[in-house]
Amino acid sequence: MIKAVLSGDMPRSLVLALILGLILVCLALAPFLFPGVRTVDTAARICVFIVLVASYDLLLGYGGIVSFAHTMFFGIGAYGVALALTHLGRGFDAILVGAGAGALLAAALAFVIGLFSLRVRAIFFAMITLAVASAVAVLVSQLSGLTGGEDGLTFKTPRALGPAFKFGDELFGVKLNGKLLSYYVVFIGSLVLFLLMLRVVNSPFGRVLQAIRENDFRAEAIGYRVVYYRVAATCLSAAVAALAGSLYAIWLRYVGPDTTLSMEIMIDILLMVVIGGMGTMYGAVIGATLLVLAQNYLQNLMGVAGSLVDGVPVLPQLLDADRWLLWLGVLFILSVYFFPTGVVGRLRRG
Amino acid sequence: MSDPILRLEGVYTNIAQYHILQGVDLEVPRGAVTMLLGRNGVGKTTTLRSIIGHWRAHQGRILLDGQDITRMPTPAIARAGVGFVPEDMGIFANLTVEENMVLAAVSGPIDSARLDWVFQAFPPLKTFWKSEAGNLSGGQKQMLSIARAMVEERRLYLIDEPTKGLAPAIVSTMARALRELKAQGASILLVEQNFSVARALGDSACVMDDGRIIWSGEMRELVTDAALQERLMGLSMEAH
Amino acid sequence: MSMAPEHAPTMARLSLAQRLAPWMPVLLVPLLVLAGLLAIPNTSSWLTLTVSGLAMGMMIFLMASGLTLVFGLMDVINFGHGAFVSVGAFVGVSVLLLLGGMTGAPSLALNLAAMGLAVIGAMLATGAMGWAFEKVIVEPVYGHHLKQILVTMGGLIVVEQLIIVLWGPEEIYISRPEALKGAITFAGAALEKYRLVAVGLGLVVFAAMRWTLRRTKIGLIVRAGVENGEMVQALGYRLRLVFVGVFIAGSALAGLGGVMWGLYQEVVSAHMGNQAMILIFIVVIIGGLGSVEGCFIGALLVGLMQNYVAFLEPKVALISNIGLMVAILMWRPMGMIPVVKAK
Repeated sequence: MIKAVLSGDMPRSLVLALILGLILVCLALAPFLFPGVRTVDTAARICVFIVLVASYDLLLGYGGIVSFAHTMFFGIGAYGVALALTHLGRGFDAILVGAGAGALLAAALAFVIGLFSLRVRAIFFAMITLAVASAVAVLVSQLSGLTGGEDGLTFKTPRALGPAFKFGDELFGVKLNGKLLSYYVVFIGSLVLFLLMLRVVNSPFGRVLQAIRENDFRAEAIGYRVVYYRVAATCLSAAVAALAGSLYAIWLRYVGPDTTLSMEIMIDILLMVVIGGMGTMYGAVIGATLLVLAQNYLQNLMGVAGSLVDGVPVLPQLLDADRWLLWLGVLFILSVYFFPTGVVGRLRRG
Repeated sequence: MSDPILRLEGVYTNIAQYHILQGVDLEVPRGAVTMLLGRNGVGKTTTLRSIIGHWRAHQGRILLDGQDITRMPTPAIARAGVGFVPEDMGIFANLTVEENMVLAAVSGPIDSARLDWVFQAFPPLKTFWKSEAGNLSGGQKQMLSIARAMVEERRLYLIDEPTKGLAPAIVSTMARALRELKAQGASILLVEQNFSVARALGDSACVMDDGRIIWSGEMRELVTDAALQERLMGLSMEAH
Repeated sequence: MSMAPEHAPTMARLSLAQRLAPWMPVLLVPLLVLAGLLAIPNTSSWLTLTVSGLAMGMMIFLMASGLTLVFGLMDVINFGHGAFVSVGAFVGVSVLLLLGGMTGAPSLALNLAAMGLAVIGAMLATGAMGWAFEKVIVEPVYGHHLKQILVTMGGLIVVEQLIIVLWGPEEIYISRPEALKGAITFAGAALEKYRLVAVGLGLVVFAAMRWTLRRTKIGLIVRAGVENGEMVQALGYRLRLVFVGVFIAGSALAGLGGVMWGLYQEVVSAHMGNQAMILIFIVVIIGGLGSVEGCFIGALLVGLMQNYVAFLEPKVALISNIGLMVAILMWRPMGMIPVVKAK
């Protein structure tokens, strides 16, 4: 039964299975296990990023395509929902319209970019996606009339998802209100999307994609039109990223260039997929969990450590809470060298 | 016979998971031309590339004048006096003929006497001295490739199919140049499929099959024995 | 050839289009300048913008030239290149702040001397950093493009953070040396003195690079290496040393670009390298990976485009450069002056 749900892609390592199970339980019961605004927010963030990174893994780990346009698709989904809820009223239909439009637009853009990649080398493609994504981010900041510019858009979600809406009194000390529902929308949405991605990578389509990644020349020679598969993978990956963006927008009730389109997020995605393990899907789960937790809690740790070495030159600045990215960067480089298969690969091997 | 300038002992070379050379034992006598013969795909080019160090032999020894060059980096092997003329000629198309030659003269400016000799052997190179090498015809590129190896004195020349696909007139120019090299006392290991050239130039011959040397000896032995030719290469030299 | 002396084969003669083709990229620059003249009604504004555009182009060229050469020669893509720009800018600015006396004086000679010292300091720092970067981060991943992209991005993050550790998180404002402040008027247009210096410097560096590549033996080795590194080694050259040398030179150039860029914008921040990378990538793609000439032309085009469009419709400036990139790739998918690689 579990095999069917996971589309045959078993963890293949007891430790990994346990960790994944633990993460699943924690996320499923987060509002009850870790009550508190900050912790539930972290959990929701983890859910969204799992989907976002999984969709990136589809492209990079399974398809072998390096693209930096992923945050652009994330943003499209987020802004889609934001704009819909701002202009079409705060109903569930607006959410559906926004998310749907976002996913479609992302897929269409991905289609155009994918076709363009035919003409140019892979290295060019990576650089082009970087340039395009940056330009779009700048454009969004500048079209403040439409997008709220640098400040972004704040909007209202349906009443049913707001904290004022109550459908019961309390359960295990947690208020049964719209915020709780909102969390479960994000959680279940993320879970469904993740299982969907597992299905895709374990389907014949996914296998052909991996064959292309290994040796596109041979794949074409056998008879698979590499172009179609690559473009399809790009479109699917973009659409899922957009949907992840939509979920994120629903949760935050705010979108802005810094929450969705920034280079920092792209780097976060890269870190998560590499440290977690490329081409495994489960790597996205591990990577996203590790990094979001690190972002939220490591900083405190570093702050404490920093205060301990006060007075020593340079060291306090190195351990400053804001410099967590420095250590993450070092970890990232070390991962690429010594753990190219990431945490998941490591666990599966030993 | 004096000691050989080049000796390969039990050389095994793999490319990815393919075992190309399976224990090559080969000697190149000093001051003579040794032909490396065999059908396509038996490992002749791989042998030359293993000697110059483009591909590493993972087992066995390669000795240049007694010095072990098996694991030496390619630039060092070249500086030890080995001139390499690859199968694809390896000329720099974006550079002029002059620049190709200047580059090949590693130790300094080109010796003018030597350059005259090169021009005598290959007149088109003088005509196209300032032209981009990419604009040369196939035969002229091949001339440039050999001229580059000739521009400085080398102990050993490794030459891979210099006459492949060339018109007969150019082939005789090539053969003449190689003969002049030999007259200067150079040692040459030559991979050649054109048997009339092989026959005319070679002093000794080694025949390869399946990554191994299956016969080596004097060229005249091979030339006079049609049955031997048939056995070694599946066809006789007369057929070409 | 002596068989039929009256016969003059016409197949050797190229058509006009074919003969013009190698010159097209160069012609694009005056074409764009002309287009600017048509689009911008006020001639003196156009003149100011053109000088600004050329100055910006020169600085981008300085920053981008190292990247393109490294890729062309070593087949290494360095997404961390922006780090050298940032470090160069910070080191240069620190030197200038130390030499406040010299920069404050109204003497052009003293100012230029101060800038020269800043530039040398920046180039030494980034050159050394380039050596370390190549050894530690790049060399282990030769031949693996994906890993190179990931690892060099990681390097970029780490270096950016280290800049903040050493110089603090705030942006540092720097004003140009006294004699280089302000503008001279020419044909009714205001031309900033600093920008003229930048244009001059860019031309000098470009000329120097071209001369080195075309007239020296090391330049020959680099050009040959870009085409066929294996053969260069078979001739007897230690290509690895050349690689390291080119990487260091490329990093030093980026550092130089960074100092000039910092003074151009009159502010330096840890992220400036990253921001410049977008334009650098566009330039390198337009020019063709491995071609210094292509990079130069591409940089001028991008600089001009950015300034013209920013004047006409500020919001569209960056997108217009993307559009330029797309247009050129449609015409020549490998960039304007692609380097022909063996195999």
